[in-house]
Amino acid sequence: MNLTADLMIASPELFVAIAAMFLLIFGVFQGNQSTRLVSWLGVGVMFIAAILVLAGPVGRVVAFNDLFVVDGFANFAKILLLLGAALTLILAVPFNAREGIPQFEYPVLILFAVLGMMMMVSANDLISLYLGIELQSLSLYVLAAIRRDAVRSTEAGLKYFVLGALSSGILLYGMTLVYGFAGSTGFDDLAAVFAESAGDGAPIGVIVGLVFIIAGLAFKVSAVPFHMWTPDVYEGAPTPITAFFAVAPKIAAMALFVRVMLEPFGDLFDQWQQVIWFISLASMILGSFAAINQTNIKRLMAYSSISNMGFVLVGLAAGNETGVQGVLLYLTIYLFMNVGTFACILAMRRQGRMVEDIDQLAGLSRTNPKMALALAIFMFSMAGIPPLAGFFGKLYVFLAAIEAELYTLAVIGLLTSVVGAFYYLRIVKLMYFDDPLDAFDQPVGREISTIVFGTSVVTALFAIIILVFPLLDSAANAAATLFAV
Amino acid sequence: MIIQAFAFYLFALTAIAAGVMVISARNPVHSVLFLILAFFNAAGLFILLGAEFIAMILVIVYVGAVAVLFLFVVMMLDINFAELREGFLQYLPIGALVGIILVAELMLIFGSWVINPEAAQIIAAPSAAPAEITNTHALGRLIYTEYIYLFQAAGLVLLVAMIGAIVLTLRKRPNVRRQRISEQISRPVEDVIEIKDVPTGSGI
Repeated sequence: MNLTADLMIASPELFVAIAAMFLLIFGVFQGNQSTRLVSWLGVGVMFIAAILVLAGPVGRVVAFNDLFVVDGFANFAKILLLLGAALTLILAVPFNAREGIPQFEYPVLILFAVLGMMMMVSANDLISLYLGIELQSLSLYVLAAIRRDAVRSTEAGLKYFVLGALSSGILLYGMTLVYGFAGSTGFDDLAAVFAESAGDGAPIGVIVGLVFIIAGLAFKVSAVPFHMWTPDVYEGAPTPITAFFAVAPKIAAMALFVRVMLEPFGDLFDQWQQVIWFISLASMILGSFAAINQTNIKRLMAYSSISNMGFVLVGLAAGNETGVQGVLLYLTIYLFMNVGTFACILAMRRQGRMVEDIDQLAGLSRTNPKMALALAIFMFSMAGIPPLAGFFGKLYVFLAAIEAELYTLAVIGLLTSVVGAFYYLRIVKLMYFDDPLDAFDQPVGREISTIVFGTSVVTALFAIIILVFPLLDSAANAAATLFAV
Repeated sequence: MIIQAFAFYLFALTAIAAGVMVISARNPVHSVLFLILAFFNAAGLFILLGAEFIAMILVIVYVGAVAVLFLFVVMMLDINFAELREGFLQYLPIGALVGIILVAELMLIFGSWVINPEAAQIIAAPSAAPAEITNTHALGRLIYTEYIYLFQAAGLVLLVAMIGAIVLTLRKRPNVRRQRISEQISRPVEDVIEIKDVPTGSGI
């Protein structure tokens, strides 16, 4: 394989890397007054990268000595995370100008984080997986602490950094064990080794290593019991960063999780299924119950994302094609619901100050009926009420669970989603049936209102969208590429 | 052979002696200097093993950067090391016990150590035989060809770390006066100097 062909395969990543470095130099010379321009250029870069992903090779190709893979699954995940990152970056532009985050490094770091995520979903080797995760995480630590004069933001950054470093250590430890017992770090080699030894069971060292790898990855998707950092980091980080955290890294880490479990360790399904089963169950239960007591809407969204990750993991625990299709579909829907909800949270301002208490939403239907309607759509959708988008996400992962005969998981999942419905619907009740407080600041800004409108339309009319666009088919095709090897 | 054995014992004994001095020297600056001596001797041991690349890295990174950084920290921070070392003898038995347990465990591990016989077949053998090529050369061949992707990715990680450090710590202080050379040399003479004709025998 010659280098030019390899570079062509990795063209979206190369483009993002070069553009990020170019924007960095541009920002250094222009100073902080160029932040707005750099941000919009960053959005453009992600747009072009998405086009490059779509124009890329169809079918599975590997590059750089089997370290890097492009297939339908990676492309689907890349489009999702680029979309999520671009939308949250657009949300950040007015916020940063208003709230005193002047650094032009903000969009540059987002681009590097996105690059790390693209490398994660395209990893075909344990080392490239680790480097992708580190590139992503390092950018995220800095972004969490970017408001360095605010105590809570620096606290969030520090907590995220310390716990993230710990999880990386756990992940690396698991990788060394797997390497030591299997003799390779490449996913293809590992899959071949495990396929050979599937009959007589994998060596115990591989199993221990696998559990450590799962623990490290569970930390990155903030699944219980590795979720402790999530509420604090979500609360402390600036709101557009929280929106970014809730969407793009979760999609990338989950796609990586699915690939690692199903490609190299696919033949050890019996060994890891019970671990994923437990993580999924615990995330759904804790996410739903812990969210009930929250008063801060960002913390509420943190617990909501924990329980959502639990639902996504149901699809992985099923371990079949329907399951992976459900994971991709759920992540797509999760992306739109979350970006929309965070856009609404960003519009929660009174006299120029951000408010984050859930009670402040009281009577929103009278002071700002459009925003109340949009937020109600997102809340109903997250609660899983048909015919909104969230319903379809849950439908597909639970269908996969039934297909794999995981009845306990499906039943408990459904019950926790009823618990979850309580706190989602409480927000709707606050907005529609409580006495109104002072109105939020108007107008909310063109960026926010456009994104709220767009995402709420997608969420509300999802039933029509899956009829018109071949979303189900493309998710199914993407899922099939993982099983075709 | 004799020269090799002699060099080994020289390096090894000096390294151990320097290591003991690191923890027993009264002056912390001396401790760091002994640490540097220990690093140099360890580098010598690596050269005897034929691992000249690791030897170079050890000297460049550990002596050149890490130990010098330690030296700066030790000299800049006013820490009373004598106070820290109080109770050293008191904790010695416990410390020795922990050390002995660790050594015993390590011996048990190495006693029962077997390399998986199957691993040898799976493992890729990407580098040339060590007799034909220096290991610096071999590493360079691998890093810049087969692992170029990982090498570049690691470079990006370091770039992000650098950006992060600057973003989080660089502060523009408005009331610091800096030297602006272009402003200095482009000032017209009339603005800066005033020439007065002072008559002899009187003041201005």
